[in-house]
Amino acid sequence: MIVMEAYAILWADLMVLKRRIGRYLTTTLISPVLYLVAFGWGLGRGISVDGASYFEFVVPGIIALTAMNSSFNGAGTRLNVDRLYFKSFDECLMAPISHLSLLLGKAMIGVVRGLISSIAFVMVALLISPAFSIGPLFLVSLLLTCLTFAFLGVLAALLARSHEDMATFGSLILLPMTFLGGTFFSVSQVPAALKLVLYALPLTHSSMCLRAAALDQSFPWGSLLAVGCFWLVFFIGCTLVLKRASV
Amino acid sequence: MHIMIKTEHLTKEYGGQKAVDDLDLQVDLGATFGFLGPNGAGKTTTIRILTTLTRPTSGRAWINGFDVVSESSEVKGEFGIVQQHLSLNRELTVRENLDLHARLHHLDRAERRERIDELLDYVDLLEYADHLIDRISGGMKRRVMIARALIHRPRLLILDEPTVGLDAQTRRRIWDLIRRMNSDGTTVFLTTHYIEEAEALCDRVGIIHQGHIISLGSPLELRRHLGLTTVELRSEGNNTEYRYFPDRTTAAKYVQTLPSSAENIVMRESNLEDVFVELTGRRVCE
Repeated sequence: MIVMEAYAILWADLMVLKRRIGRYLTTTLISPVLYLVAFGWGLGRGISVDGASYFEFVVPGIIALTAMNSSFNGAGTRLNVDRLYFKSFDECLMAPISHLSLLLGKAMIGVVRGLISSIAFVMVALLISPAFSIGPLFLVSLLLTCLTFAFLGVLAALLARSHEDMATFGSLILLPMTFLGGTFFSVSQVPAALKLVLYALPLTHSSMCLRAAALDQSFPWGSLLAVGCFWLVFFIGCTLVLKRASV
Repeated sequence: MHIMIKTEHLTKEYGGQKAVDDLDLQVDLGATFGFLGPNGAGKTTTIRILTTLTRPTSGRAWINGFDVVSESSEVKGEFGIVQQHLSLNRELTVRENLDLHARLHHLDRAERRERIDELLDYVDLLEYADHLIDRISGGMKRRVMIARALIHRPRLLILDEPTVGLDAQTRRRIWDLIRRMNSDGTTVFLTTHYIEEAEALCDRVGIIHQGHIISLGSPLELRRHLGLTTVELRSEGNNTEYRYFPDRTTAAKYVQTLPSSAENIVMRESNLEDVFVELTGRRVCE
């Protein structure tokens, strides 16, 4: 029953996505490709990090970043608009479905969008440099990353009282994470005190998992567990906020 | 008589301010009930409590016997709602909007297809089924919302300002639809700013002011209580004084007592707006 109800919510968002898939794919690739050109080819030419060329090093980081942004915005921004602008979220709250189904349905579109964007970027990156591998650990890490940031998006959208709040959340949380989350540099190179701060960011662990899986390095199982814990915290947060907000 | 909506001492406070204050209300099965009140009177809060979106601070409410707090899942299957604002998904087609709602109410594929076609025919929108919501007129959107609210065959239809912002012709079309739904057995609970809408549609009206019901009865009962005939006396400064009388004969006798120099005297039938203004001291839209 929960799966069917969650799919009902997801279905509507999938219909919208289907109608806009061409435009979505084009716009979703702009930002990661620009990062790739600026950091991979421009700044990182001739540099090597942790035994790999900087280009190979940065691609998994940009995949993590793409997964984060697309999942967060795919779930959060849509929910924020549905809740505060279209007011159509109330229709879901008034339907005889469980809160769990509602949360899953709203988060799943973030996961779908995150996976589409990341896979599209992987294809572009593979065309340029086929030097990394995509195995089960890479896919599990990517899926967990999308799930975690989709739920973070849902949580932010449920807490936001205006569209401005979502933008503020992006500036205060996502933007610092973009540059500090181990995307463009190795966390092993930073001082110990800063390292502690960086490990408190979910993107750091996602980048480490995806990078290790893509470059066939020793896999950081602790980081995979950390991403799972972040997902759990965001999921519990969503459940509590939704419960507090309604009967 | 079977009761569709019942509230007992229903109260909702926001930061110490009572939006709904000790509200006792009863709406019978099959009725068309009009819920009138100025802005901020507590209409929307009452609807939010009845539709499980807001938890009351105290008191209780039931829809078709189900408690809106402890039996919210059952309550959600009993009502359909047309909200004041456009709450359709604008990026979906008319059919997809109905399909989504049908899925949320657990209709299977065959049932969904049959019910959507039936309702699109009912609201006369079959030929617009595959149009995106943004491509249809305001009146059509309102009809889609009505069709959506009916998709799971609710026994109660809650309409929050169903014709606000619509032209007179479209408004009458919506009225016909509401009458038709009511004659098909659906109980209708309606809030409106348009007094003539309440007079045209409702068999009972409740006037809410500052969170309580201050008057309840049929439009005729409320008018009779005030006086069926109104005399308007317009002064030079364009201030109008209203006097109410039980019938035209008494009103005419009163007019004869006025000085012969008095001008701008209008004698007419009282309406619900007179009742409303006398009770609340405000026009409906204030």
